[in-house]
Order: sequence, then C-alpha cells, then structure tokens
Amino acid sequence: MSRILLLQGNQAVVEGAIAAGCKFFGGYPITPSTEIAEDLAKKLPKIGGKFIQMEDEIASIGAVIGASLTGKKVMTATSGPGFSLKQELLGYACIAEIPIVIVNVQRVGPSTGQPTSPSQGDIMQARWGTHGDHWLIALTPGSVPECFELTIRAYALSEKYRVPVILLMDEVIGHMREKIELPDNYDEIPQPERKQPTCKPEDFKAYATDESLVPAMPPFGSGYRWHVTGLVHDETGFPKGTPAATVESTNRLHDKLYNNLDDIVEVENFKMDDAEYAVVAFGGAARAVYEAVNMARAEGIKVGLVRPITIWPFAEKQMKALAGKVKHIMVHELNYGQYVEEVQRVVAGKVPVTSYGVYNNEPATPEELLEKIKETFK
Amino acid sequence: MSLKIHLNRCKGCGICVAFCPKQVLAVSEVEKVEIVDESKCIKCGQCELRCPDYAIFVEK
Amino acid sequence: MSMEELIDQYFRPGRLPHIWCPGCGHGVVTGCIVKAVDKLALSKDEVAVVSGIGCSSRASGYLDFNTVHSAHGRALPVATGIKLADPKLTVIVVTGDGDATAIGGNHLIHAARRNIDMTVVLYNNSIYGMTGGQYSPMTPVHAKATTAPYGTIERDFNVAELVKAAGATFVARSTSFHAQMTTDLIAKGIAHKGFSLIEVVSACPTSYGRQNKMGGPADMMKWQRDHGVPMVAYEKLSAEDKLIKFPIGLLYEVTDAQEYTEAYEALIAAAKGGK
Repeated sequence: MSRILLLQGNQAVVEGAIAAGCKFFGGYPITPSTEIAEDLAKKLPKIGGKFIQMEDEIASIGAVIGASLTGKKVMTATSGPGFSLKQELLGYACIAEIPIVIVNVQRVGPSTGQPTSPSQGDIMQARWGTHGDHWLIALTPGSVPECFELTIRAYALSEKYRVPVILLMDEVIGHMREKIELPDNYDEIPQPERKQPTCKPEDFKAYATDESLVPAMPPFGSGYRWHVTGLVHDETGFPKGTPAATVESTNRLHDKLYNNLDDIVEVENFKMDDAEYAVVAFGGAARAVYEAVNMARAEGIKVGLVRPITIWPFAEKQMKALAGKVKHIMVHELNYGQYVEEVQRVVAGKVPVTSYGVYNNEPATPEELLEKIKETFK
Repeated sequence: MSLKIHLNRCKGCGICVAFCPKQVLAVSEVEKVEIVDESKCIKCGQCELRCPDYAIFVEK
Repeated sequence: MSMEELIDQYFRPGRLPHIWCPGCGHGVVTGCIVKAVDKLALSKDEVAVVSGIGCSSRASGYLDFNTVHSAHGRALPVATGIKLADPKLTVIVVTGDGDATAIGGNHLIHAARRNIDMTVVLYNNSIYGMTGGQYSPMTPVHAKATTAPYGTIERDFNVAELVKAAGATFVARSTSFHAQMTTDLIAKGIAHKGFSLIEVVSACPTSYGRQNKMGGPADMMKWQRDHGVPMVAYEKLSAEDKLIKFPIGLLYEVTDAQEYTEAYEALIAAAKGGK
C-alpha cells in the first residue's frame, strides 16, 4: 500500500528519517534547511521521538552525538554557516565513530552569502571541513524521491560503518516540490541495526574489531560501560599517545570505509552505453543535464550523464573507467569548480576534463547546458 | 599497620603531611609519602580525606 | 565502603595514577563524585559522566560509568542529548571554569534555562591548566596568568549567580578542602530533579598558585579553608571580609520548577493524543 504525495525535498528527508527509525533530532533554524526541523518538531513526538531546538549549531550536533550514544538513530540539519560551525564535532564523530546523519542543504557562500539561493559550494568542505585525517560518507540526492531513499541509505551506512553520513543537498532539491510515492507503512522498511557486542560486559573492549574493522557499539545504560573520547585511543577506547596507536587508529578509520567502496559508492549512468562524451553532474545541477543530453543526442552528439550519488568517498574506480571510455569529460556543478578537481586528479590527463561551474544563484537550464556541450565537445 | 600507602599513586604533594595533626607522615627524598612514626596515628582520616591521589588510606 | 574500596569500585582498573599535577585539587573533587554516587546507591550502569576538555575533564576517563570525554566546551550539549534521549540515565557533567563559562558559556546558560535534569560539577581552579596557565572568565580580577602577566583586568564571573539567573534550580559552592560538604552537595544535586550546578573551588598549585604566589599545595588548601565560609556565617561578615571571602554550601534551590525531560514526556503524550 502506498500514497502519492507532492513534497519538498526537505520534507522527503523527514519521511526518510522517520522510515529509517530516526528518534532524535537536534537542530537550529537556518535557511534553506529549516523545514526539516519544523517537520520533525511536529512528527517526532507523535512516534515517541524527541526534537530539540538547541541554542546554536554546535550544540545541535553535540546533542545528536549524545543521543546516538544511547542507541538512537539521530539527525541534525543545517546549511552553509551552520555546517561550518559543526565541523569540530563532525571530526569528533569521525574519531569516536558515532553514527550520525547530518543534512546540509547547500546555499551560496562563503559566510552569509546568498541564503536563499542554491549552490554546491560545500563539496570540498564536506570532505575536508574538519581538521585532521578523517574519512566519512556524503550522499547527494537528485530528486525528491531520492531524498527519501538516500536518507534511509544514509542511516544504513552510518550504522553499518559507525561513521557520520552527510546528506549533501542543495537548495534546488531541498525546496523543489515533486511527486513522490511513499509506502503507507514504514514498518516494512528494513531498519539498520548497530552491531552489538557478543562478549560479556567485563570482557568488552569498546574499539576492538573483527575483520569488518567496525567495532560494536552498545548503548549507554546497557551494562557495557565504555569511554568515548576525541583523543586518539586504542582498542580499549582509552587515550593512547604512541606513534603506533595513531597509525593504527588512522589506518582503521580509513580502511573500514575504503575496503568497502563497492558497497558505499553509487553512480548513475544515463545514456552512457554508446557515449563518446560525458557530463558529470550531481544533485540539483544534474536535473537539467538529462534534458540537455536528449537535446544534444537529437543533434547527433553521443553524450551521456554520469551522476555520482555518493560524493564521498570519491567514485575513483568509476571515473577511471570513464576516462578509458569517452573522449572528453565535462564536469558541471553549482560552484566555481570543486568536484572537477577530483575528476581531473583521477583522469590524470588521459582525456580532457572541462569544468563548467555555475555560480550565479541559479541552476543552468537545459538550453545553456546544450550550448556548453556543443562548445566543449565540438 | 593502620595506614595503607599506594606509592605508585603518590606524587609527594605534602598535603597529608601538612594536615596530619600528629606528625605521623613526611615526604621522602624521592618525593613520596613516608611514615615517620605510626604509633602517633590517631586514625583521624585527614590524610585519606585530603589526598588528591587516592594514595593513602586509614584502615579501620 | 571504605575509601579504598570506593576507589576500587568506581574507578576503572589500571587507570591510576591520574594525570593531575602534585597537589591538584581535582583528585579530591573526583573522589567526592564517587562518594556521592555511592551514597545514593546508584548502579554504575545507569550513570553517565560527560566532560569537556581541560584538566577537570580528564576525570571521565577514570570513572567506571558510561563516560564521554567530549570536545572543549561541549559537554552540556552532549549531556543534553544523552539525557533527553534516555531520561533513565543519571547524567553528571564534569567541567572546568574555562570549559563551562568561556567556550561553553552559551550551553551553560541554556542548559540551566531548560532546567534539564543533570548535575554539573564545575571544578574551578581559576586558570586554564592544561594549556599552561592562561586566565579564564573565572580568574579573579587582578590575578596573574601567562596571558595576563600584569594581572587580568577582566572582571570574573560569579558562576553561581550566572546559572541562577539563567534558570538553574539547584546551585551550590564548595571547595576541595571542604570534601565532606562537596560530597554532600553533589549527592543532593544528583538527587535534585532539574539542573543543578556545584562549583567546587579547586587548587592549581602548579600554575595558578605559582603565578600568584599562593604557596604549595597544602597552603592552597588552607587558603580554601580560610576563605570559603558557610552561607549563614558569610552573611554576618563585614563588607570588607565579604570581598575577600566567598560563601559555600547550598546557595539556591527551587523544587517546584518544571523539569525538561518530564515536560517532553508530557508533550509526547499530548502529541500522540492529537492535541
């Protein structure tokens, strides 16, 4: 049984969070993500969940980290300046391996920038915003239905790998209304389960791992008492200052994700089977590319769209393969050119990679993209 | 023995020595607490109460 | 239970000696926390201790509860998330003067305003000890610090008055000399339903004491003994004495204020009832 609705991307995120079992939201008002907080303030109490508007952006991520320690699935949502403020505790969640889902509905920056205009200017910040070596996951939905699906997936990945997952939206997707079909009953949606220890509490080492490299995470109050710290720690969870401890910790935080790229990295290909040229685009920027590809093909240009759904970790394998397949790649994003640098790094000069960055407060139209396709791939 | 000392925890701050009303304790040359004259100990518990290092306990 | 047994019971095995300097008052205060928990006969499994960053915040790692050594200033938001998500847990926040009133000052007033049920034990050593002795918002005006070599010209916070004004419903002050009082106040603060804060004046002989010529560890403890005056006696002091001494004991308590997590349970009931 399902229902057909007309929802904003932000509202679809809320439905995805509830479907995935989110029971705690901590947030702070900020355009253009506020609808997520407003909607969850209404809906969470009805299912016994908790919503709290914290005193600032930092407190919001702090509260969801705390709630996650009690075993709850949690979310915070923000935009540009708020995402900047959350960076320190994002790093804390990385090193302490606390599952949290952070929505960043990107707007034009830096600073206050253009609060109501779309942008994809936080691509690199999502990857490198917090200090130090760290690894995390960022997903970017390209439609309202995908906001729902990727929110559920964000929880699945966050719980499975004990890692912060950033749902990297943009204002186009967050505020756009689109038809979406939702199940009547979310009970049938598989709920991601956090790995639990199998040993006795007295034998429990909080950060000991098996071959998955992901430690079990019992909730506070379960009888497994453990210590959470942002200091480099060993398998006991207690601080350890040795060079070897830092190397071991750093390697494991990397490997637990990068050993599983096939599970984590998702890329959509559109009309790529016979393509000689490719446009790489994601999120709100990709929407006009489908139409532009159709228009270009009508004019005889064999072009396709490659749409990364997982932004981080970078789709290295897919981009390498793309470089062996097409003659020329154009990367289109709503910023001066960020993701393109990663594509260029991996393609490494094998074929030309052209940046088409748009940063005029508006997504490009199919016509503008067609012009650019013709100009670039001539 | 009515006083139990954990030398590994003691940092030789001298608080127990200063607050002992009967001059039972001293700080040794290696900056650890030492018992000078246990026979004077009245088991008042000042040393245990004030020790910041959980290094000295009065056995009841 | 003897003090030695209490340490064995509530401290994590193999974690002692702690990292605090010789004569640092923080060990005494941490001992008072476990004595208070024992006094209330709380199960270790139902207690969460959340700290920030700094000397005091290292306490969480020694204690055998559900513990979080969070980020600088952020103990209260993390504690708020824990308490709201699972109100069954008894939440104790361990923080310092810099952690709680400078970088975490905003969180402090808002946690107090919400009257969320948790107990903050603020170890006040009047200095940033971990970074080597810089002045904090609670360093007394004119006192010296490495970043105030001529004496700080900044007026200091009275944190008890600050959180009282912000909405805290249990406010107390003690010192690391007044250990039994500290234990008693922490136990009362934990038993209190709502936001409670116990400021414990601690001693930093290594940095604050040295920079301000306060003598050694025992001298600093004697200073606490001679300057911390129980509230009733403090009220009777001359105006001159009031300036150099400070009141200790239970300073303020309100028992009929709405506690946040209880209010939230009522909100859930109302939302489920379609109201």
